[in-house]
Amino acid sequence: MKEVLRRYGPGLTAAIVALCAFWVVMLIVLPQLLMIDFSLRPSLPPAKLGGPEDVYTARNYVTLWNNTIHRSIFLQTIWASALVTAITFAVCYPVAYFMAQVARPKSLPLLILLLVIPFWINELLRTFAWYIILAFNGPLNLALVWLGLLDQPVRLLGSPAGVIVGMVYVYILFMVFPLYNAIESLDRNQIEAARDLGSGWLRIHRRIVIPHAKPGIAVGCIMTFMLAAGSYAVPALLGGPSSRWFTEIIYNWFFEGGNWNQGAAYAFILLVLCVGFILLMMRIFKVGLTDVAK
Amino acid sequence: MSQDIELDHVTMRFGALTAVSDVHLTIPAGEFFSFLGPSGCGKTTILRMISGFMEPTSGVIRIGGEDMSGIGPNKRPTALIFQNLALFPLMTVAENIGFGLEVRGIASADRRRRVKELLDLVALPDTADKKVTELSGGQRQRIAIARALAVEPAVLLLDEPLSALDLKLRQHMRSELRDIQKRTGVTFIYITHDQGEALTMSDRIGVMSRGVLCQVGDGRSIYDDPASAFVASFVGETNRFTGRVIAAAGGRAAIDTPAGKMVGRNPRDLREGDEAILFVRPERMVPADGAADHNIVESPVSHQEFEGAFVNVFLEPVQGRTIVVQTTNAGTSNSNGAGNPWQPGATTRITFRPEDAVVLPQSEDVS
Repeated sequence: MKEVLRRYGPGLTAAIVALCAFWVVMLIVLPQLLMIDFSLRPSLPPAKLGGPEDVYTARNYVTLWNNTIHRSIFLQTIWASALVTAITFAVCYPVAYFMAQVARPKSLPLLILLLVIPFWINELLRTFAWYIILAFNGPLNLALVWLGLLDQPVRLLGSPAGVIVGMVYVYILFMVFPLYNAIESLDRNQIEAARDLGSGWLRIHRRIVIPHAKPGIAVGCIMTFMLAAGSYAVPALLGGPSSRWFTEIIYNWFFEGGNWNQGAAYAFILLVLCVGFILLMMRIFKVGLTDVAK
Repeated sequence: MSQDIELDHVTMRFGALTAVSDVHLTIPAGEFFSFLGPSGCGKTTILRMISGFMEPTSGVIRIGGEDMSGIGPNKRPTALIFQNLALFPLMTVAENIGFGLEVRGIASADRRRRVKELLDLVALPDTADKKVTELSGGQRQRIAIARALAVEPAVLLLDEPLSALDLKLRQHMRSELRDIQKRTGVTFIYITHDQGEALTMSDRIGVMSRGVLCQVGDGRSIYDDPASAFVASFVGETNRFTGRVIAAAGGRAAIDTPAGKMVGRNPRDLREGDEAILFVRPERMVPADGAADHNIVESPVSHQEFEGAFVNVFLEPVQGRTIVVQTTNAGTSNSNGAGNPWQPGATTRITFRPEDAVVLPQSEDVS
């Protein structure tokens, strides 16, 4: 702080601090507080607002507990998001390792370009592309039948598998780049030293590469999980009644049920869940906030 | 069974570049062998081929008589010490040293015992639970040696491991390395561009230039009997005089230089008329007293360089090259007045014995 003051003088420092404070208070703290306040009040017609019935209550939170369908969708969302995170990690780790340690520096820009190009297209459009690929008479089913892996086409759209595939694809970059950054900073001699001491590849990854890449793994998993848990477009397009996402329930409370208080409570529960997940990940990978901020 | 290392006509090409060219050499088990050469001479490539990170383009590497081609670095009886050591920073000292044992599935109690033995060997008994990052440069060096020795390799390969240390520590580690090698009896193959390291530690030295193994021999023979102009000028300080051979007989050759006639040994059997260079070491040059018709250099002293025990006296260039004479501190300090031949400005007559000089073909010169 003193450093900033010395460098920019009192006027500019005050302006910077004020802007930061405005950002944090107006755009993060106040809306959240407002939402918490909403979530703790009953949903009332405008006439009764501020009346004797407008009191603080935990009723909106209890709803989730009592509504078995919502509860199971909530749990399913957590489970599916964790699964998406795990699958994304499994897909991205080899790619990131290859880019960071194996690929020749010359071919690296091309590889990164190939990864990034699909993401120049809007997320909705990319999801629609999967809609076509996964369709009952779509190319994936056709290929699987032609290869003899399936006797007849299966319904992929509307199934949890379809949603998970679509999400893994959408969030790949959020996993690949943190992993790449982390693995890239590993001295190649360490891998060679382990190999020279007789280690096989599995052990090299388990004992050398993954421990080194931990902060990157944590960042990738946190981002992927948060985005997956908060995703709306992919489950809405690729999912069906059997694969509803918790965000869809929240959306329904707000815009179809007109019950903002109930929606706010659900949204807040989802937020708490995500924060809990971050803390858990940081605990598992033994990384601090400063590691993640890198 | 003896674990000799054989390099059987080994060649390594990278595209058009030949990094190692037809190296043929046997290193007997238990030897301390150094590859000495400037950077880019192919010595690191040889090391990586022996350790298994590269396969030679042609030729065969055998360890203990067994062909190593197609065998990965994790299956070879070699251990490599990297230039930057490549210790595992997230592991403790004990985990680092025990890593190779862990890989081999050795139980943790045995592992602990072995780690303790190795820490005793490298004289760092109380560091087992420390982080690698808490150690000093010299200590890390020893942990790297212990980690490599833990897997009981037939050959320990060292890739300029001392280059990051300061001078005092480097000199200390030289004798330490030599000592560890003697005690363990493991073959050491050492890569360096520092002739001092190679000369002090090695049983034998292989001097390399541009992928070619120029000369193999013990330190004294490399230094005193260089086989080529490159070896003569790369290993140690030397003075050179260029000219044409005017007479060759009885193992001696005389060359005609602008500075006068010079006579030296003729190991390569140069003939009359050949272009040649005569090399003579600074410490072999002495003040001339009588008159002679050969091996006389007459030039004014330009300046002195005081090294402590030795003093390097630089004479004004002859044939475009400064002449260096090395003399002892005792030899220069006790005659400081007039008539001291080493006083800057004084014109000095220097001579050397023909047996202390060597005449080599000019065609192999690189500098």
